Amino acid sequence: MVNNITNATKHTLSLLVDNEPGVLARISGLFSGRGFNIESLCVAETMEPNVSRITLVTKGDMHILEQIKKQLNKVINVIKVLDFSGIPFVQRELAMIKVHAKPENRAEILRMVDIFRSRVVDVGAEYYTVELTGDEDKIAAFLELLRPMGIKEVTRTGAIALAREKK
Amino acid sequence: MKVLQEEGVDTIFGFPGGAVLDIYDALVKTDIKHILVRHEQGAVHAADGYARASAKVGVCIVTSGPGATNTVTGLASAYMDSIPIVVLTGQVNTSLIGNDAFQEVDIVGITRPCTKHNYLVKRVEDLARIIKEAFFIARSGRPGPVLVDLPKDLIQTTTEYKSIKDVHLRSYNPTYQPSMKQLPRVVSLIKKARKPLIFAGGGVILSGASRELKQFANKIQTPVTASLMGLGCFPASDPLWLGMIGMHGTYRANMSSAECDLMIAIGVRFDDRVTGKIDTFAPNAKIVHIDIDPTSISKNVPVDTPIVGDCKITLKKLIELLAAEDWKDLKKIRKPWLDQIVEWKSTRPLAYEQKDIIKPQFVVEKIFEITKGEAIITTEVGQNQMWAAQYYHFDRPNSFITSGGLGCMGFGLPAAIGAQVACPDRTVVDIAGDGSIQMNIQEMATAVQFGLPVKIAILNNRYLGMVRQWQELFYQRCYACTDMADAPDFVKLAEAFGAVGLRATRPDEVARVIKKALSVNKPVIMDFHVEREEGVYPMVPAGAPITEMLLV
Repeated sequence: MVNNITNATKHTLSLLVDNEPGVLARISGLFSGRGFNIESLCVAETMEPNVSRITLVTKGDMHILEQIKKQLNKVINVIKVLDFSGIPFVQRELAMIKVHAKPENRAEILRMVDIFRSRVVDVGAEYYTVELTGDEDKIAAFLELLRPMGIKEVTRTGAIALAREKK
Repeated sequence: MKVLQEEGVDTIFGFPGGAVLDIYDALVKTDIKHILVRHEQGAVHAADGYARASAKVGVCIVTSGPGATNTVTGLASAYMDSIPIVVLTGQVNTSLIGNDAFQEVDIVGITRPCTKHNYLVKRVEDLARIIKEAFFIARSGRPGPVLVDLPKDLIQTTTEYKSIKDVHLRSYNPTYQPSMKQLPRVVSLIKKARKPLIFAGGGVILSGASRELKQFANKIQTPVTASLMGLGCFPASDPLWLGMIGMHGTYRANMSSAECDLMIAIGVRFDDRVTGKIDTFAPNAKIVHIDIDPTSISKNVPVDTPIVGDCKITLKKLIELLAAEDWKDLKKIRKPWLDQIVEWKSTRPLAYEQKDIIKPQFVVEKIFEITKGEAIITTEVGQNQMWAAQYYHFDRPNSFITSGGLGCMGFGLPAAIGAQVACPDRTVVDIAGDGSIQMNIQEMATAVQFGLPVKIAILNNRYLGMVRQWQELFYQRCYACTDMADAPDFVKLAEAFGAVGLRATRPDEVARVIKKALSVNKPVIMDFHVEREEGVYPMVPAGAPITEMLLV
């Protein structure tokens, strides 16, 4: 398979899978074994307890994306593969950021928290921990603005997504 | 056990051990035949050979730990070649799993990428259902190996057996019926084509579509080539047959693929050994691809008309559609193309020169003649495999059994044992090299113990011949570590196993040795001392266009 990096774009896939041990290993093994890319991966139970949803962001050209979808469909435990490419969908990610809150920066941090509709979830002697949900760009912009204050730690969930309903 | 019998299992290949003692204790009380192999790899290859010769599911039982890990090569080979087998592995007690117990290994984890599916059974209530599903998954859709891991405590527990009628898996529904929108397109492509070519593969054999393929090819007067896995799917005695395509394909098959304007690919996956340099493959052709596995379509080669469906059903429907059309002038239209192919065949046939020393090709030809082309042929991997593919001409399917995708040496002997178990009345010949045969030679003991009269023809050049050939052509004849001059005396070795050993060192001895071997009702090793530096030709260097063939 030709790995055409130049045409590689990000794609969000949503998989419904059997909620069984080893299923995630099958999916991640498929990606590593075939040289596909995982940018992020989120998994949790759905309303049906024996079904989980995996939201997976991958990178590749259309040819690779096509193969990824076919290969995923071939896995016995995969019930459904949804590709959000070209259809409207809502995507969110949660980030928690521990930012250095020097006395002179605190007001600025709080103002940005306000602008981004973020929240402070923990206050320490020197650090604020803030949470932010949004799409990738929003989180990137927020991190960029906080960076000069000193970011100690960041944890991100990776994207989750659902297709938009018809208006 | 009951489930196994319900699934029609009559034979199991296996090797007992601590974790499967209970299964064996129950097994001997049934009428299922058990073939005790000498190495678990042999068990899986034998089940593979059995499955290919009989078109049934092959079954293995092995113990936990090393028993399980020894099945990995066999599973990978069966997976690459889409062969339906079910491997039952023992596992330590559920309470010990994850504790690095004696003979514990995470075989489900290890075999995930080389099985179609695998299971660890955790509750005895699930056992019957899972075994049932395993067989269903192994044989349906694109077939493949399925492994079921059975913890010891679980198989010691008894439970009431409830017969399960149907298997339903919400996430697994292979597509058998082709899209009826696509088929008329194929018909119109065939109408327009001036130089069509059928390229058939293992999928035709797996779906039992050989008869339909023959009808189809004759109806549209189109020549047929096949991949290694497809050999036997179309009769080699038919005038439309071109021989194998690919790295060691015939000149006419490779040239046809380069010149054709329509390629109808059926049950193939466009392996790199077939296509050579991918962007120069079939450059002038519209490609129709029929396969049950959507991942095979447009994976390596872009396809113009993809058809996901079972080969047999699809061909049947195509034949129906073709019947409605007018093909009056077909013979006239095809003539220039078929004439061209005849010319390629007559100017560049497969060839070798038999002088004082036995040529390996000569041995294969003699085996073909003496068995009248009716034997089941298994092969090891390397030159022996390619000569078998080139010089043994198969007229029917399920007769050529070889490790195609994985290409694993040591396959032929255990596969021959499995094939012989499946077809006790047919002659089974393993065409082997002196290198490969030594990889699973211990299975001679199995053949002797169970009275399986397999014939092993060793094309003995005292080299790892195929690797040596690459060294000759691409590494300036630096024969690094391919000289196997100190091979055992295969005649004595056969005798030590309680089999018959025969040897030929001159061309005039070859036919006599083969006839003698076929006349005894025992396993036989035939040791043919062949030309040491004979090569397999034509040969396309790896990564070159398949028209760039080295011809002798």
